[in-house]
Amino acid sequence: MNDDSIHADLTGSATGRIAKERLYHWLLFGCAAVTVFVTVSIVLTLAADAITFFEDVELFSFLTGTEWESRRGEYGVLPLVNATLTVTLISAVVAIPIGTAAAVYLSEYASDRMRSILKPALEILAGIPTVVYGYLALVYLTPWLRATGLELNLFNLLSASIMVGILIVPMVSSLSEDAMSAVPDELRQAGYGLGATKYEVSTGIVIPAAVSGIFSSYILALSRAIGETMIVVMAAGAQARMFDTANPFAHLFQSGQTMTAAMVHAVTSDAVGGTPEFYSMFAIGLTLFFITFAMNLLSNRIATRYREEYQ
Amino acid sequence: MNFGLPTLTNTANTSTANSATNDESTTPLERDRPADGSSSTDAGRSSTRATTETDTIIEARGVDVYYDADQALQSVDIEIPERQVTAMIGPSGCGKSTFLRSINRMNDLIDIARVEGELRFHGKNVYDEDVDPVALRRKIGMVFQKPNPFPKSIRDNVAYGLEVQGTTDDIDERVERALKNAALWDEVRDQLDKSGLELSGGQQQRLCIARAIATDPEVILMDEPASALDPVATSKIEDLIEELAEEYTVVIVTHNMQQAARISDKTAVFLTGGELVEFGETEKIFENPDHDRVEDYITGKFG
Repeated sequence: MNDDSIHADLTGSATGRIAKERLYHWLLFGCAAVTVFVTVSIVLTLAADAITFFEDVELFSFLTGTEWESRRGEYGVLPLVNATLTVTLISAVVAIPIGTAAAVYLSEYASDRMRSILKPALEILAGIPTVVYGYLALVYLTPWLRATGLELNLFNLLSASIMVGILIVPMVSSLSEDAMSAVPDELRQAGYGLGATKYEVSTGIVIPAAVSGIFSSYILALSRAIGETMIVVMAAGAQARMFDTANPFAHLFQSGQTMTAAMVHAVTSDAVGGTPEFYSMFAIGLTLFFITFAMNLLSNRIATRYREEYQ
Repeated sequence: MNFGLPTLTNTANTSTANSATNDESTTPLERDRPADGSSSTDAGRSSTRATTETDTIIEARGVDVYYDADQALQSVDIEIPERQVTAMIGPSGCGKSTFLRSINRMNDLIDIARVEGELRFHGKNVYDEDVDPVALRRKIGMVFQKPNPFPKSIRDNVAYGLEVQGTTDDIDERVERALKNAALWDEVRDQLDKSGLELSGGQQQRLCIARAIATDPEVILMDEPASALDPVATSKIEDLIEELAEEYTVVIVTHNMQQAARISDKTAVFLTGGELVEFGETEKIFENPDHDRVEDYITGKFG
């Protein structure tokens, strides 16, 4: 020991604390970076293979073509986009009202006991494999809808869309409920103190204050609907069909092929690869990516605009 | 004063001179009842009221409050005078806030809370089965400990109560009047579209007071309204409370004994265990209380 020992050791080097902290820092950074790395790799891979596809098929005819018939070399993406947007729209019509209402019930109306029963039940619903939903759509929902008098094909977009809607209800309700429960109780108390009813407090105070979280839940759920594959492959069939402006609901009753279903078809029909049909998968994937990306941007903008921020 | 008038169902028509009176103010507490049904209870009530003290607006008789098995208030008796400031003081956990929240049935929102005994507003027990707490709260406004403006514009904050109570005309005038009465108008007149959350803490609390008086209730309950504010903002709120007492009955819970002494006409002292130990003129409570325990508490020997 030299005379330095009378001073406290402030360097900390002896314990390796600094080195450890640095290690933790980089480990955590590495995990965070993985997500970015994966996203970027996916986009690059999609783009690279899509470029191969566009060597055979013109980009313009891909984006504006109204026929998708790979056997005949017709690669117009619009019928697929049509089916995907139809599924998304109808599932939103099903899931948003039901999911939001369920969230309001869980967050504002339900007793603790009721909540402790319903929340796990909703989570179980979210955990059912989508192949089961597809089966239910094909074997039960379609015949049931036919029994009400609708002239449905065995494979049809309507039934698949409704089932996708049911699939995403738990996502909407669970995430929306989280957003509503996070609204401070003081705001509810203020409302009740002014003689508001529970319904008025829910719709006039809680929902506006939670709107950005509720919106995010919608977007997440709709992104899920856009990307949903198994239900549409099983229940909607594989016939790409264009939107008919003269009869805008006609395609609901017939079979349809979504973008995801077309990708499945491309993989299963040519697993070896090398053909334009195989590479069409990547072009569709890239298109899908841009659609969801645009949706996310749009929803962020909407959420910021309507946000009522509570401290 | 509205003594002797058939009050509960049409109080605001007769007792509240304020021009903000609207059709909703005639809503009886028993909202679901047909008109004939409520008029018969009126007759019964005015005879009851003839025997009560002239200007008592809220009267508690043997009120017990339980949270599950814990008793928060023990047999509280009190008569709160109309258009005066009544302060409730006492150490933490003495039940003063619990009592305040029993008056407008905010305790209904807590599943485990249970209220027993009689708590009368204009002679009508507010815990009777035919009383709708929503209608009750439209007559008895509330201001909370932490300023809690809605994340809406200043105008929408003040108009919220009017909106839920069905008032649709002269909203802007009513908002302006409420903000003036809450001594906030001059500070916010040019920024009514700004979010209420952008105001300072003291301004937020005055906004909450404006929100509570916009619908012209008869009673304003205040749960430690200045405890989260700095001294300057506090003194503004105190001045405001004294002004409000000219038109409204104010019941205020406070931790701050000087504040109670400064602004209240009557003071109720709750002590640990949920017991109302003494209630009387503020001056007497602070200068010459009947109970040693109250004197000990007020002089700081205990609590």
